[in-house]
Amino acid sequence: MEIRELTCINCPMGCLLTVEMDGDTIKDISGYTCPRGKTYAEKEVTNPTRVVTSTIKVTGGKKDRVACKTQVDIPKDKIGAVMEAINAAQVQAPVVIGEVLIPDVAGTGVDVVATAHAV
Amino acid sequence: MYDIIILGAGVIGCAVARELSKYNAKVLVLEKNEDVCSGTSKANSGIVHSGYDAHNGTLKARFNLEGNRMMGDVCDELDVPFDRIGSLTICTDEKNIPNLEALKERGEKNGVEGLTILSREELLKVEPHIGDEVVAALYAPTAGVICPFKLTIAFAENAAVNGVEFRFDSEVKKVYCDHDLWHVVTNDEEYTAAAVVNAAGVYADVLHNMVSSKKLHITPRRGDYILLDRAVQGFVNHTIFQLPTKLGKGVLVTPTVHGNTIVGPTAVDMDDKECTATFADGIDSVIEKSALSVKNLPIRQVITSFAGLRAHEDGGDFILGEPDDAPGFFDCAGIESPGLTASPAIGVYIADLIRKKYSLSEKADFIAQRKDILNPSTLSLEERNELIKREPAYGNIICRCESVTEGEILDAIRRPVGARSLDGVKRRTRAGMGRCQAGFCSPKVMEILRRELSIDLTEVTKSGGSSTIVNARTKDGDTHE
Amino acid sequence: MNKVDIVIVGGGPAGLAAAVAAYDDGAESILILERDEQLGGILNQCIHNGFGLHTFKEELTGPEYADRFIQQVNERKIPYLLNTMVMEISPDRVVTAMNREDGMFQIEAKAVILAMGCRERPRGALNIPGYRPAGIFSAGTAQRLVNIEGYMPGKEVVILGSGDIGLIMARRMTLEGAKVKLVAELMPYSGGLKRNIVQCLDDFDIPLRLSHTVVDIEGKEHITAVTIAEVGADRKPIKGTEERYTCDTLLLSCGLIPENELSTAAGVQLNPVTNGPVVNESLETNIEGVFACGNVLHVHDLVDFVSEEAAKAGVTASRYARGEHAADSGREIAVKAEGGVRYTVPVTVRPDHVEDNLTIRFRVGDVYKDSYVSVYFDDTRFRHQKKRILAPGEMEQVILTKKNLDEYPDLKTITVKIEG
Repeated sequence: MEIRELTCINCPMGCLLTVEMDGDTIKDISGYTCPRGKTYAEKEVTNPTRVVTSTIKVTGGKKDRVACKTQVDIPKDKIGAVMEAINAAQVQAPVVIGEVLIPDVAGTGVDVVATAHAV
Repeated sequence: MYDIIILGAGVIGCAVARELSKYNAKVLVLEKNEDVCSGTSKANSGIVHSGYDAHNGTLKARFNLEGNRMMGDVCDELDVPFDRIGSLTICTDEKNIPNLEALKERGEKNGVEGLTILSREELLKVEPHIGDEVVAALYAPTAGVICPFKLTIAFAENAAVNGVEFRFDSEVKKVYCDHDLWHVVTNDEEYTAAAVVNAAGVYADVLHNMVSSKKLHITPRRGDYILLDRAVQGFVNHTIFQLPTKLGKGVLVTPTVHGNTIVGPTAVDMDDKECTATFADGIDSVIEKSALSVKNLPIRQVITSFAGLRAHEDGGDFILGEPDDAPGFFDCAGIESPGLTASPAIGVYIADLIRKKYSLSEKADFIAQRKDILNPSTLSLEERNELIKREPAYGNIICRCESVTEGEILDAIRRPVGARSLDGVKRRTRAGMGRCQAGFCSPKVMEILRRELSIDLTEVTKSGGSSTIVNARTKDGDTHE
Repeated sequence: MNKVDIVIVGGGPAGLAAAVAAYDDGAESILILERDEQLGGILNQCIHNGFGLHTFKEELTGPEYADRFIQQVNERKIPYLLNTMVMEISPDRVVTAMNREDGMFQIEAKAVILAMGCRERPRGALNIPGYRPAGIFSAGTAQRLVNIEGYMPGKEVVILGSGDIGLIMARRMTLEGAKVKLVAELMPYSGGLKRNIVQCLDDFDIPLRLSHTVVDIEGKEHITAVTIAEVGADRKPIKGTEERYTCDTLLLSCGLIPENELSTAAGVQLNPVTNGPVVNESLETNIEGVFACGNVLHVHDLVDFVSEEAAKAGVTASRYARGEHAADSGREIAVKAEGGVRYTVPVTVRPDHVEDNLTIRFRVGDVYKDSYVSVYFDDTRFRHQKKRILAPGEMEQVILTKKNLDEYPDLKTITVKIEG
């Protein structure tokens, strides 16, 4: 039996949530004061995900970095691998917002897209 | 081989350099920091004292008076901001009024003109925020405020234009005399000269003691200050000193020549000649003591605090000239307050000693005038537009708090003894000296320095040495696993 | 002299939203003056996500959020000048501005919208003792260097202040390979969003030390270490709690100050609590025809509220510029902040000028749990709304309708307060 402690991010209450886990199975969730807290805890212990935002090297433009993000959230444990791929990448200006810069980053099935223009 | 080597590019070293540049001589200034005005000269009250404070007959009294009288002309010639706003020394106890009168008498003996004692009623008319306990004050109309950076920089620039060489990042390790020739060994070179001027501020004792058996001892005396935003301009109109009491010398509250308000300093003797850190108790005591002079000081408007070190020699007076056992070595030691005021006079005095000793002849083509970096806000709309048409950089505001344009920053970097760091630019143009304290403009000034000095952004510094601002590109190092 | 109906000072989120709303209201000539080289303001360097949930019902990054509005400005062909600094605004609405190409020029405006945003509180204003070496940055300056210029300030970082920019930069620097040692916060609570505490600090095991501050900075040329200490209820450091951390970077995220130097020079009266202009229901300052919105008015928590507020200022400025004035009986209601409410925007309401709704925005001064936001119409409690949590970091609002106001024709004062 594993006990996981979380802070709910849905509102400034920041309820401290306690989740009892048995392997991958949730045994009990406590500490939440609204249904959103319970949903958050369930997701956060079974499949935590994050959107990664960063910059990518760009050549031939006015600036040599352009902002980017994973199009949608990726598994939290892939943040490191995604950052490595982003750091290694280099794109050519011009770049427009929404343009795919790295398809299927780090095998996540998610694209890294530009979030700013590079001219 | 030089004729004269000046050790230290503070206000004294630069004043001496400028005076010596009037003569046919090969002059070198060595400075351990990356710029002029990097020690005591950059962190003080910026006051031109009237001269009543120094005891009768001291060098401090003599050079204070002489410096004060010269300052107007020097600042005209060198285009340095100086404003003779007058000072008030306040007294908060009827019982101490005789002390105020004694001070007036001392000042008069020193030769200070126009000293008068003002009653509380008279004071309130000129200083409405004066403290409730103030009963009277000694008014000295000849006192003023000056930009200590600009004065030092102006001396240096004018000296350089007239042929004086400057070497920075040159720390003097050893000074000795061999067969009437002075040798100066720095961290990276050895120089020789007929004469040496010791203007090394808090280190003047160290250098002096290398060459003379009559030892000096300088204590770095720390002074903490707070600086208030220009938004409070007009809160005080004079330099307000406090009459020294049993509790100490008190602090001053004064407008600066640029319209800020400065409060300080403390006086704490230190062991470390480099300790320009501020201390919480120092800042607290400055604020607390200022309440005697003025009430409701708008503390919320503090934009920065800083500390400087005065070079206090045990004897308490300036030490000027050659020690008996080291001819050709000219001390300017123990230069604490009123050193800034005295600087033009000390420059003339030391240069004159050297001129006489080495029979220097006057330079026929000496250029006495120096123009400061153009401040576009002094121009009319038409003049300003002509300037921008000619030099579009003057249309580009870099520092929004102080309204400093790219044109001014370029000038600061390109002129003689130009700026090479963010602080160098700041002292010359005021970019970064305002209320946001360089938050917005520093990336822009860094970029201009990178471009102008043809260096990498990772080599741009705040104040030379290891004070780099960024250390690597993103995406080039190790990433988080 | 050039004449323009509405001059908007600042092309960040507030200025852009104001411009679009003014245009859509029928304003004929609008000019946005932007000091940076692109529109979008501070959003351009806020490359993290979390913007726009209210406005666009999706989570955007800062530059994406800005781009949505820039597109709207471009679709409407609203003119703007970049790299242009406004130097002065006169009380009769002559705007003096300057850039490299046009030099210094003046524009006569029927209405002016102040949308200059805010700046960060610098180290100097915090009176942190110690040396003043390189390596100390306000979090936003570091954000610009990292995200826009692509340079790292350092590798070992301590952050003072747990405002959202500080938290965001903790993650950003970590992802770029730096070691963020801790975030110290003077207050017993963080001013940042819970989400940022979890996703920017907890995710990377960065400790948050509440009730702690920096008491010493070491390093003569470059910062080498800081000392942090716990503070007591008086927010003064407690002796004996000092801990030293080596670092090469200190980031400060200690509050934002509206940039009102232009406004004050024009004679605009400021609220000492917000440091922003005192405005009425139309977001008009004490100077007729000069309006304010966004962070120059009061520091917002979410950009969505900036856009909403700015749109309101755009519309009211547009109507003013057109000379459309509602029949005005001269009625004016004061809005007061009491009992835990630090301030309100607006501070006066002319009911004749309220169209449908009146939004009163405010912030609280402390954390309140299971309390009530109460609205008093003079001495009568008009509304009593339960809130599970109120925190200083969050902007709150109450919305009253025109009908509410019309039902109280003799109303003198609206008071907003927190009650247990």
